[in-house]
Amino acid sequence: MSVIYIVVPLALLVVGAAVAAFVWAASRGQFDDLDTPAVRMLHDDDEREPPGDA
Amino acid sequence: MPSAERAALAGALAVHAGPGAEVPCTHCGLTVPAGLVEAGAGRQFCCTGCRTAYEILHEHGLDRYYRFSERREVPVAPTGRAYEEFDHEAFQKLYVRGLQGGLARVDLYLEGVHCASCVWLVERVPLLLPGVARAELEIRRSLARIEWDPAAVPLSQVARMLDSLGYPPHPFRGVQRDAVRRREDRAMLTRIGVAGAIAGNIMLAAFALYAGWGGGMEHRWQLFFRWTSLALVTPALFWPGRVFFAGAWSALRTRTLHMDVPVALGLAVGYAQGAYNTIRDSGPIYFDGLALLIFLLLVGRYLQQRGQRAAADGAELLYSLTPSTARVLDDDGTARMVPAEALLPGMNLEVRPGETFAADGVITDGRSQLDTSLLTGESRPAHAGAGAEVFAGTVNLSAPVRVRVERAGESSRLAKLLQQVEESGRRRAPVVETANRMAAWFVAVVLALAAITFVIWEVRDPARAVDNAIALLIVTCPCALALSTPLAVSMAIGRAGRAGIFIKGGDALETLSRPGELLLDKTGTVTEGTTALVAWEGPAWVRPLVLALEAGSAHPLAAGFRAAWPGETGPPASSVEHTMGGGISGIVNGRRVVVGSPAFVRAAAGAEAAPVAALPSELTPVLVAVDGVVVAAAGLGDPLRPDAPGAVAALRARGWEVALLSGDAPPVVAAVARALGLPPDAATGGATPEQKLRAVERARARTARPVVMVGDGVNDAAAIAAAAVGIGVHGGAEACLATADVYLTRPGLAPLVELVAGAERTMAVIRRNLAFSLIYNLLGAGAAMAGALNPLVAALLMPASSLTVVVSSWQARTFRGGPA
Repeated sequence: MSVIYIVVPLALLVVGAAVAAFVWAASRGQFDDLDTPAVRMLHDDDEREPPGDA
Repeated sequence: MPSAERAALAGALAVHAGPGAEVPCTHCGLTVPAGLVEAGAGRQFCCTGCRTAYEILHEHGLDRYYRFSERREVPVAPTGRAYEEFDHEAFQKLYVRGLQGGLARVDLYLEGVHCASCVWLVERVPLLLPGVARAELEIRRSLARIEWDPAAVPLSQVARMLDSLGYPPHPFRGVQRDAVRRREDRAMLTRIGVAGAIAGNIMLAAFALYAGWGGGMEHRWQLFFRWTSLALVTPALFWPGRVFFAGAWSALRTRTLHMDVPVALGLAVGYAQGAYNTIRDSGPIYFDGLALLIFLLLVGRYLQQRGQRAAADGAELLYSLTPSTARVLDDDGTARMVPAEALLPGMNLEVRPGETFAADGVITDGRSQLDTSLLTGESRPAHAGAGAEVFAGTVNLSAPVRVRVERAGESSRLAKLLQQVEESGRRRAPVVETANRMAAWFVAVVLALAAITFVIWEVRDPARAVDNAIALLIVTCPCALALSTPLAVSMAIGRAGRAGIFIKGGDALETLSRPGELLLDKTGTVTEGTTALVAWEGPAWVRPLVLALEAGSAHPLAAGFRAAWPGETGPPASSVEHTMGGGISGIVNGRRVVVGSPAFVRAAAGAEAAPVAALPSELTPVLVAVDGVVVAAAGLGDPLRPDAPGAVAALRARGWEVALLSGDAPPVVAAVARALGLPPDAATGGATPEQKLRAVERARARTARPVVMVGDGVNDAAAIAAAAVGIGVHGGAEACLATADVYLTRPGLAPLVELVAGAERTMAVIRRNLAFSLIYNLLGAGAAMAGALNPLVAALLMPASSLTVVVSSWQARTFRGGPA
């Protein structure tokens, strides 16, 4: 059972990493607009025109 | 106007097309009018707007647009404006921010954004212009963010491109507030994320402890999990939990009590006791409960804020739609569009019919009729000629005029009025929510109970006295109590928003739940705010003659005739002559027809066929003479909204005292009051904006009941800001939108009744929630006083009470979703 002494801190480290990732994403504005990206992914971006080639 | 154009073309081409075949428009998919179908052509368009949009897309190889299954099924209706004002210095200073590398950024509110294909178009097509670096659309608010190189392409060109696709752009007016909100939102979301992660993980440790509770858990594991919990809860308390301490502190400093105070007390006592028990290695720790409490309370707050924000956004976007440009005439007589902010005294403006004056000034050339209802509430158009003073916010109705600017921007009468509006909004004391009023009692009762518990146990078993008193403080920490209002309010605001009622703050709902005094503006609120034919005394054969004569006129009375008899058309009129301030005359079917004011018509006509029945005095009389004989009389006025009498009766039945407060002429206001079934003393006419403000302030000083002001114009805005709850109605002016606590997006007064009924139901839900949470608190307090409380019971009671409140708020039918 002593493995708990390793596993729990390890799990907490993973949690810490996840929280850090979330904080980073929130501060970068990833959650500012929750509606448009859901629509945007419907468009194929492989056909995106390079800007200004008109 | 594409529809008019389409109709005209359809008529012209009707000869060529065969009947029956329905051809869809290549661009929007709607049926092409038979007259516009081009025989043999592969592509068909319902209007030139759609054709232009198609040509832009096709030319740049963007035909993929037409493969979307969900497309915007609306004909493209470009306004065709030049958007020159977008390149003006004053515009750039207000709405454009410079970025690194010479780029600039602007947020534009687009009309007509509906679905996925709109995102595709708006994010791709502007990039075709060399110099546009980025185009992103936020679909919920229809806001497009454009980043471009001003040296390579002017913003007006980007605006014209968006316009030609059917998305007329407007500068977004809330840029600065938006940045502040964005920061707040992100900070709040971060706190919720951190609190949630910690609460979840503490719960795992707590499960291990509860599972090992019956015995059989080695002491070293117990010790390990207790210390782990302490290590986890500490950051939760000092990072996300800090908001409660800050809230409690500011409440105490201003000597008010807020729900944050008992929450902070519970958190602090629980944490101190838990940490102490961890260190001395005996007694309960409450860390799982505390972490969950922080998380749930933050979520409740977030929900409430989101609901209020959505309502405020809605009003702000409407605000962006209002025009803010003026047509300035240069010395050589050429006109150019300039943002209203760039106007200076001495400039010459041209204001066409239908346009709004952008500054105060004096008419130098031309005669027209003006709609001053925004400033005065007067519903009848006023005549104005050279030398007359005009004010910003007035609408020019009938003919183009030239104006020399006297006062612009901050010094115009409109701007002064708006400053007053802001001031009275600031002076208004905030409403204390029921839950916060309860906080004072709550703290007192809890502290008293804790003291009683301590004394009882000091007598019975001194060793457990402190533990039990502290357990009581922790278990009564008012989680459900603090959640009960935000949850009920955020659900109600969300439902109301779907029903077309934007509520900007929960306190408005609370105020509206008790009947009080309701002051209604007349023009545009109780009435339609337009000129319409209300009374007609005359034979039917005269109607086509009148219509024929008025067909080409832009006068509001002409529009009133056309709207009253939509199906009828008359033969063409010839030698039509307008007399400003008098009327109109011409030859129809060989007969001489004169329509206009009584004086004008009587001067033109010799006799009256039969004495024309007297019209109600509040209407504008118009006489009709045919071949020199007066044959008919029409009364034009501002008709009541059809649902107004019913809505007023319903409100009075609910105990509201309804009164009219209008700037219009007293006889007109009295007539409307009669039609609404109100007593004569409930009608006040001829009130200036300043008098309206004073009337509201007097009413508030006179009665403790809530004073509610409902209006639509700038003339009501100061009164709206000063009222306990200000309500703006459909079609209202921007200042009204900005200060109103509630904004009704559906026309008519029926939504007002719905709002009041919904507020009552919301308050009932809040009371039910408070009752539930108090019952749970009583149970917890009882258990603690009996010494029967253990951490498991405490940990179960809290989520159970919160869950009850969530379910109770969720299922409440506070507002019905109306038509979209």
